[in-house]
Amino acid sequence: MSTTQNEGMNASKIVKVENLSKTFGALKAVDNVSFEVYEGEIFGFLGPNGAGKTTTINMLTTLIKPSSGKAEVCGYDVFKHANEVRRSVGVVPQEYTADEDMTGINNILLCADLYGMPRSDSKIHAEELLELVELQDAAKRKVSTYSGGMRRRLELACGLINYPKLLFLDEPTLGLDVQTRTAVWRYIKTLKEDYHMTLFMTTHYLEEADSVCDRIAIIDHGHIIKTGSPEELKESVGGDVIVVSVKESEPDISSDIAQIKLVTSVRKNDSTYRIKAELGEEASPQITDLIRSKGLHVTKVSLTKPTLDEAYLEFTGRSLREEEVDKLQMFRQRVTMRRARS
Amino acid sequence: MVKERKFRTPPKPNTSPLHGLWALTNRDLRKWYLNPIQLLISLIQPIIWLALFGKALNFGTFIAGSGATPAQQNAILLSFFGTTSYFSFLACGMLAFIVLFTSAFSGMSVVFDRRFGFLNKALTTPVARGSIVMGKILQSVGRSLVQAAIVLVIAVVLGMDASHFTVLGIVGAFFAIFLMGIGLSALFTMLALRSADWQTQTAIINLINLPLLFASNALFPTKIMPTWLQDIANVNPVSYANDATRQLLIGATNMPNLLVDFSVLIAFAVILSTIGIVLSWRFLSK
Repeated sequence: MSTTQNEGMNASKIVKVENLSKTFGALKAVDNVSFEVYEGEIFGFLGPNGAGKTTTINMLTTLIKPSSGKAEVCGYDVFKHANEVRRSVGVVPQEYTADEDMTGINNILLCADLYGMPRSDSKIHAEELLELVELQDAAKRKVSTYSGGMRRRLELACGLINYPKLLFLDEPTLGLDVQTRTAVWRYIKTLKEDYHMTLFMTTHYLEEADSVCDRIAIIDHGHIIKTGSPEELKESVGGDVIVVSVKESEPDISSDIAQIKLVTSVRKNDSTYRIKAELGEEASPQITDLIRSKGLHVTKVSLTKPTLDEAYLEFTGRSLREEEVDKLQMFRQRVTMRRARS
Repeated sequence: MVKERKFRTPPKPNTSPLHGLWALTNRDLRKWYLNPIQLLISLIQPIIWLALFGKALNFGTFIAGSGATPAQQNAILLSFFGTTSYFSFLACGMLAFIVLFTSAFSGMSVVFDRRFGFLNKALTTPVARGSIVMGKILQSVGRSLVQAAIVLVIAVVLGMDASHFTVLGIVGAFFAIFLMGIGLSALFTMLALRSADWQTQTAIINLINLPLLFASNALFPTKIMPTWLQDIANVNPVSYANDATRQLLIGATNMPNLLVDFSVLIAFAVILSTIGIVLSWRFLSK
């Protein structure tokens, strides 16, 4: 099995999407989207509510039919070979789909039955998965007694019952507390590193995309705005910020600092320079050297890396969202949030 | 802890549509039999009908007041009801009643499964779309048959004529209501295929339920109805199920041939469940 990192051009593509669109009436939920997911990576779809993330996932998991365009998952066309796609992928939907009146283990076994897994295997596999998501002790309890975090972990186990090569996770940490969120991230990384699975997740949490994903596509209004690793996205918004403090009443040498190759802009406020630069780690010693070489004194230096928040706001704009979204989807999201906190 | 972690080689999946069908049917049935309160409540209504309506509406006493001889009275009752006991006539109608009302709600669980996401989860698995619909139909029929059996026992306790009971007759009668249940559940399930709105669904159920009951021979024989209502009752599959159960359970006479009843019921069940499966391919997912 290939564990090639995304940068390699020869990494095989497990998801191939070309000019995919979905329209609901007059609404273009997904508009001519193209992207690829490489085998063995964690690929994140990042975007605000109503951006088209769930619609895309629903098309890739054969829940809804594309209006136009092509999508191949695990080598199968999602429209023509829907059943082969369903057999090869696992899905962890945004909402809690487990049956509340059944026990945790019976929910997993029900999923196994829907995949046609023989009971002789699914009983063993269900135990393994319960151990993976640390639910062994609650396996025989009704799901109605589970906390939000436990439900989410159960959904994860259900999504893995058919030994998928590729797992889709739609907002896997929506509404969860910090402990559960961290645990879910840990499971996701385990699946990638130990089980060599490919993961495709959507999220609107920036820190999640930043710390979990190998590659991110920022999606908004149905368009993919930017694709790249978290680092690439951060760098694309204009580099690091270096703040250098000097002794008061020393002369302003902004124009000299601006001459340094890596520096893109300099501003002086009282006794502080606020410098934007590429590769801040290399730029800052050059700046301090320059200041000292003029016989001046550096009192403080700080270096700030850009956050994904800035990249995200840069790409999706800062205006608040008041978009009309699918009523049923919003209902489910509210239910999910409410149950996550129970 | 460093250990090589790997899932075992996946087993060859069982692609028989019956595998998923049984899993889905069993899911709903389990929820039902593990919650006996639901069963008890669903039995109350037919029992009230039997005990209050069936006992109060004593056609025998009616006719006894007419001055006819007992032999003439029986002849009149027989010509209308096919039996001399109205209570037994109604008891058979109540079997259809409980099947009808249980079937009506078969679509409701599709609505809830859609609303709470279970349906979407099932649709991402390779389980046959037709199995999802057939699972809903079968679970509702399974419940209907159990409830009908309980209603039958209670009816006998309350005075239903059991002198004509035979094993074959009881099996045949339950086969008749099984067929009716399949057809009706298919009808109500397909009406719910696209819906995520339980209020609309309740309205639809009430809209169809009572006309189906009253425009049938479940409570009264079609003979005493105005002709326009007779015409409706004569094409209503509920009437055919009642004809069959009355002949098989209480030896009712003056009824159409059993062969006709079963042909109509089989056609009703097969056609409606086929339509249900075909619609599920198109309409279950968006």
